[in-house]
Order: sequence, then C-alpha cells, then structure tokens
Amino acid sequence: MSQKIDQDHRRFKDIVRGRIKQNLRKYITQGEMIGKKGKDMVSIPLPQIDIPHFRFGSRSTGGVGKGEGEVGDPLGGDEEGPGSGRAGDQPGEHLKEVEVSLDELAQILGEELQLPRIRPRGREQIVAKRDHYSGIRQSGPESLRHFKRTFKQALRRQIAMGAYNPDRPVIIPIREDRRYRSWKTEPMPQSNAVIIYCMDVSGSMGDEQKEIVRIESFWIDTWLRSQYRGLESRYVIHDATAKEVDRDTFFRTRESGGTMISSAYKLCAKIIERDYPPAEWNIYPFHFSDGDNWSVDDTVACVELLRDKILPVSNLFCYGQVESPYGSGQFIKDLQEHFGDDESLVTSEIKGKEAIVESIRAFLGKGR
Amino acid sequence: MSLPKYLHEVRQQIEAYARGFGLDFFDTLFEVLDYQKMNEVAAYGGFPTRYPHWRFGMEYEGLTKGHRYGLQNIYEMVINNNPAFAYLLEGNSLVEQKLVMAHVFAHVDFFKNNYYFSKTNRKMIDSMANHATRVRRHVDRYGQERVESFVDVCLSLDNLIDPHSPFIQRRSQPRRTEPEVDTDDSGVVKLRAKPYMDRYINPPEFLQEQRRRRDKGEEQRVRKIPEEPQRDVLLFLLEHAPLEGWERDVLEIVRDEAYYFAPQAQTKILNEGWASYWHSRIMNEKAMDTSEFIDYASAAAGVLETRTGRLNPYKLGVELLHYIRDRWDRGRFGKDWEDCDDFETRGRWDKRLGLGMQKIFEVRKLYNDVTFIDEFFTEDFCREQRFFSFGWNERAGSWEIQSREFQKVKRKLLFSLTNFGHPFIYVEDANFDNRGELLLRHQHEGMDLRIDQARDTLCNLERVWRRPVNLHSRVDGKGKMLRFDGRDHSEKTADYPAK
Repeated sequence: MSQKIDQDHRRFKDIVRGRIKQNLRKYITQGEMIGKKGKDMVSIPLPQIDIPHFRFGSRSTGGVGKGEGEVGDPLGGDEEGPGSGRAGDQPGEHLKEVEVSLDELAQILGEELQLPRIRPRGREQIVAKRDHYSGIRQSGPESLRHFKRTFKQALRRQIAMGAYNPDRPVIIPIREDRRYRSWKTEPMPQSNAVIIYCMDVSGSMGDEQKEIVRIESFWIDTWLRSQYRGLESRYVIHDATAKEVDRDTFFRTRESGGTMISSAYKLCAKIIERDYPPAEWNIYPFHFSDGDNWSVDDTVACVELLRDKILPVSNLFCYGQVESPYGSGQFIKDLQEHFGDDESLVTSEIKGKEAIVESIRAFLGKGR
Repeated sequence: MSLPKYLHEVRQQIEAYARGFGLDFFDTLFEVLDYQKMNEVAAYGGFPTRYPHWRFGMEYEGLTKGHRYGLQNIYEMVINNNPAFAYLLEGNSLVEQKLVMAHVFAHVDFFKNNYYFSKTNRKMIDSMANHATRVRRHVDRYGQERVESFVDVCLSLDNLIDPHSPFIQRRSQPRRTEPEVDTDDSGVVKLRAKPYMDRYINPPEFLQEQRRRRDKGEEQRVRKIPEEPQRDVLLFLLEHAPLEGWERDVLEIVRDEAYYFAPQAQTKILNEGWASYWHSRIMNEKAMDTSEFIDYASAAAGVLETRTGRLNPYKLGVELLHYIRDRWDRGRFGKDWEDCDDFETRGRWDKRLGLGMQKIFEVRKLYNDVTFIDEFFTEDFCREQRFFSFGWNERAGSWEIQSREFQKVKRKLLFSLTNFGHPFIYVEDANFDNRGELLLRHQHEGMDLRIDQARDTLCNLERVWRRPVNLHSRVDGKGKMLRFDGRDHSEKTADYPAK
C-alpha cells in the first residue's frame, strides 16, 4: 500500500544513507551503546538525526524516578539516561533504541556495509544427524511413554466397550493402549566455522588499542555468526610466547615484554591441526597487533608458517594492525610484500575507532 | 475507514457514560486504522497531512520498527481540534477499543476545558493541511533541498518561543493617539501645542535647550531593539530578520505549529492523568463486561506500567488526581490541616466533605503540570510513592539515586517541567556592538547548555539573521560569549552577572 509518508520515509533513508558512514560509525565506535541483553538480543540505537537546539546536557540535569533503592544506588540505564521527568509514552514517542536479535543486527551490518554473503567452501558441506520426535507408535521404551495419548486411547476403548461411566470416570489403560513417542533421524546440512582471534598483548598495546580490537571482534563475530550455524571462537594472546585463553582474559590481559608473532601463529596452526580438520571447518584466523615484531628472523618464520600451515587451510586470514605510539608498524608491510596478491590474506590498518568500519569492510567484503 | 457498526454502538455507549460523569467534550470523530496507517498518522503527530519533511519519515521508521519488534503499540491518538479526531487501531480487542474511547473522551474534555488550551487553534487539521500546501508550493518553486534545509534551520530554533505569550499582552499596542511630541522646521523636538499657544508652551529658551541636547547626544534616543529582552525569538526573527518571502512563510508555519503543540507539552502529566483517571472509572464502573476483566487489567497495566527509575506521566498524573480527590473528600486541606502536625489526628482526619470530584474538575480547568505538581506534590505523596531524584555520577560513570529528600525531589521534578525542560533564551539586542549582530542571552538557572549543540544552533540562527550571532551564557561558572560569524565559531569570556 502506498502511503503519504513513503516520500518522507524515503527521504529520511536517503539522508541516513548519505550520512550512513557517519551514523554507523557513531554507534559502532561507542561500543558500550550496543548493549547485550540476554543471550541473543542486543539493543541498537535507531538511526536518528538529532536537530540541534539550545538545550541542557542530559548529565547536568538528572531527573526524578520512583521505586526502591537507597541513595547512591546505581540505576539501570544507558547512555541516554533513565528517562527524565518528561519521558513518557505519548503516541509518537521516539524510541531511540530498539532491541534486535543478533541475526537482525548482522543483517543490518551486512546491508549497511554491503557485505556479500559468505560462500562456504564447497567441500565442507558436512552433514550432521539430528534426531527429533515426530510421531507416535505402539511400542517403545517406558521412558518415552506418551501419557496423554495413552489415556486417550484407553478412554476411546472403554467407551467403545461400554465400560466408561461418566458419573464415575475411571480410566485404566491396559497394555494395548500404551503409546510411545517415536523419533526420526534427519540429516542436516551444516557448515561449521571457527574464528581464531590472536592478539598481541605486549607492552605497547594500550587500552585504546584493545578497545578497538574488542569492538571489531564483536562485529566480526556477529557477522560470521549470521553466516554459519555453528560458530566457535578461540582466543590466543601472545607477547614473546603465546597461550590460549578464554574470551574474558583475551580482552583484559595486558602483558609486557617483547613480541614474537611467530609464537601465536605456531599455536594457531596447532589449534587448527588438532581441533579443526579443514575438510569440515571454515577457518578464520584473525590477528591484531601493533606490528612491531621482535626481529626480522621471526618475521620470516611468520611468513613461512602462514604460507605452509595456516593459509592453505583457512578461508581467510585477516591481519589488523592498530596504531600504537611505540611500534614501528613494520609487520603489515612485510605481510603485504609477501602475500600482496594472495586472496586469502587480508590486511588492514586500523588507525582509530573511526577506521573500524572500513576495516570490517576490508576483512569481510570478500565474501570468503 | 468509518466506524463499523459494533464499534459505533460501543462508542455511543461510552460517550453516554462519559457525559454522565460530567465530562464535557467536543464532538469526537473516531476512525479505525490499520497499523501501517496508524504509524503514518502517528509520525505526523496525529494529523492526516503535514508538510513534507524527513523527520516524519524518521518517526515513521522508529514506530514501524518498534511495532515490528513488538515493543511498542500505540494505544490512543487524539487531536485537539473541533471536532476532535481520534484513531483506533484495527485488530485491537473490543475491551482495548473501549478503553481507548474512554481515554479519548477525557482528553477531549481536557482540550476543551483546560485554560492552557483555550487559545489553541481548534481548526488545526485544516491549518496543518494548509501549511502542507504552502510548503509544497515553495518546494515546487525553490526545490526540495533548499526548502527542506530551511525547515531544518527553523526546527532547530523551534523551542525559542514564549508559551505564555498567547495569554499576556507583552508589548503595548502601537499608539493610535497623536504623539505627545512634535518637531519644528529644523527637526527639533518640541511639545505639541496649538499654534496660538505655541510660543508659551515652547518658549525660545526651551527650544534652545532642546536643540543643544539634540546636537550633543542624539544616539541616546536611538531606541534599542528589542526594547525589552524578548523571549519569543521566532517572532522577533519573523519581524526583523532579512528573510525572503517563502522563508518567512516557512518560519511562520514552524512557529504556529510550535505554539499549537506547546500546551500539550505543558500539561502532559495532568492531561494523561486525567484521561487515565476517567478511562479507569468509566471502565470499572460502567463499560466493562466481567468477562473482559483480565484483558482490561492487562491493557490498563500496560498504560500505567512503571519501570524502576522511570517516571510514567500517566501514572504520576492519575495518582495525584486520586490523591487530590481523596484529600478533598475528607477535607484534608486548608489551614487547619496544614497546621496540624499530630500524626494520629492527621491519620484519622475525615470531615466527610465530599468535595473531591469538584476539586479535580477545577484542577483540570485551571492547572498545568508545573502548577499541578507545585501545589499537590506534597511530602506525604512523595514519601508514599517512593520518589527519588537521580543524577549522573561522574566517578562511577552511571546514573544513581541522589536523594529521597522531599524538597530536592520536588525541585528536580519542577525543574524538568519548567519551560518543558528547555533553557530560557532571550533576544537581547539586534544591533550588538553597533554592528547589526544578534545577541541572545541564556538565562542561567544553574545548568549549563550543551555547547556542541549550542554552536550548531548558532549556525542555524546565523542562517536566518544573516549577520554574526552571539549567545551570552555561563559555562562552568564563567561568563561566556559564543559567537558565530558565518564561517567560524569563537568564544570569549564575558561578564555574566549572577542574578
């Protein structure tokens, strides 16, 4: 149905698209604004163009609320503030945020960045088997007995036999009445993927650098999750040595010391070898570093590891280099020199939060 | 879509109940809309037609997404107009429709009787349609880009109005009587006199003196514009800014609409409270079928739901009204009551006056949110309802409860309502520095402006004024003069006398 509003709506969308990078950047860079709610839900701000006014800053105003709590207790709420005295639900109230599922979010991301859908590598269309209950049969293990159906059957039989008395509705199932759930096994096509995040946590990686990595991984994670049914994530941190850690540690740890990137690649290769046979898995190693490797020899080792062990089994190897005041940033150049024309290796320099969008596009824009 | 028969009958019934309770409203036309149409109308602020502008599209997108994710449903929408227009959402259950109708009639009663609405345009539907036509014509002539950008500029300034001005004669009318003064042939000011009296009333010494004065300090008599600081910045711009015809027209439209919507913002708590009060009475006492009880309870709960830490104006309003009714029924007012500080006497206080109904009708007629809260938000009420004030804790980086002290809570609540929570901005001088620059003054009440937005707003103001614009305010305790000259922003310290 065409509506009058369509024209205004289209106009708004055009404006947003015209400014889309700005806007998307705004809420991608403010990582905290994308609040995770529950397991699969996130809240994202709606594209909103705020016409400037002479107005107060929300933090200087505060407001009034009601309910339990002691003085000094924090209120749940987000950057926008927990609604001021004027917050209300008048028709046409602005919802500055909507909660969306991660799938939807990925779709939005894909749409805004014009990411191609990923084509899983042909060979790993693996088939898993899944059982599910789909019918009823007359025999089976007692643990699967279907009580309702059993009693229904008994009732039917009793009525047919004239043994049912509505005034005294006693129903006693006999052996023939028993019904059991039955299951079918169905083959399910499935493609699996694993992301192996490696991060340089040597002394030169500061909090800001790590935040960039965190935000970028969130979006990469979200996108790949929308493309693959079973997505696993593994986390590796390294300075001069590498170790595998859980997600939490990954984003928090700050080590000091030198940087031997090869240690991470070695571990990465080992993880793949041990857990993810390339025939069954789509493999995405990501590496974030400030690009300041310990020695030229180590860089050579890295290149060899990549060429021989990692690239052949990976869909895509992504190297993101964040800018650090200390590092030389040489590593990205080395990679470009050695793998400049290799499709399965992508490099990207992430100079600041603003560059995250471009970097995601560089990594995921190939549809591999 | 006109009202189907069954809804028409329900409508007659509810209307009769509402009138029976003493509500007095304009004729009200209901229309049933599907949710798409409903979102469209809601995006237009309740009107079927508005001028073309992207922000309606933005609203629409928000509403549609909100609807799609099942987060938000518009229950009722009604326009202050005579006859009033109201919309029902297709597919709502019958009990929801009843509730909405009852709610709507109470709103219309409020529109019709509340003092703050008394000057609003009751033919706004037509005016809005005319505005749309006018803007469309400008678009055809000058191009969408140009007109829309100018609308953006005007909207950026649309809170710079004086909501009380419809009620007050701010400026004396231009004098119709002959001026008290006259001038002689050389332009010297003298007193008016009949020719035969002239040499007595304006003796030569006097004329001499006048001539001397003129030569010495004529600029003293140059009138300052505006003579008094003027709060209706939009009106000032309309009258004094060098606008093209179509720009003036657009600005006028934006201003008209801002004034039309202002009373709704001024009376939100009271208006919603009033409507909620009546929908619950009409439903509970008259219109509800027992079988509808659960649905009604759930719908009503949705309207009055309060998330911790948030203020639901519907609920605050309705609870205050209940509270007032109870107090006036039991005679808990007046000097005796105020003076009584015996806890037990107060607890037992009941003079059985039964004045509650009369009182709340009076409140709906004479009060707006600020006066409503100021008078009836008492310490008892604040404590019973567990209100608190909150603020931003810089150190913890979160919002937290700041106080449960009555005075502080009330102060904050009133503050958020005063001038709709917008700053007070006045036009101070149209010839600032004697260079035709515009000077605005922010009357600082303890809170700073958002500087980034203030800068952008100054850009828009400059677009209208076409000369440099200045804003005098206080930032972090220091007087500041923000200036935009069309290319660059500048900022310097400036004395800001504390009031």
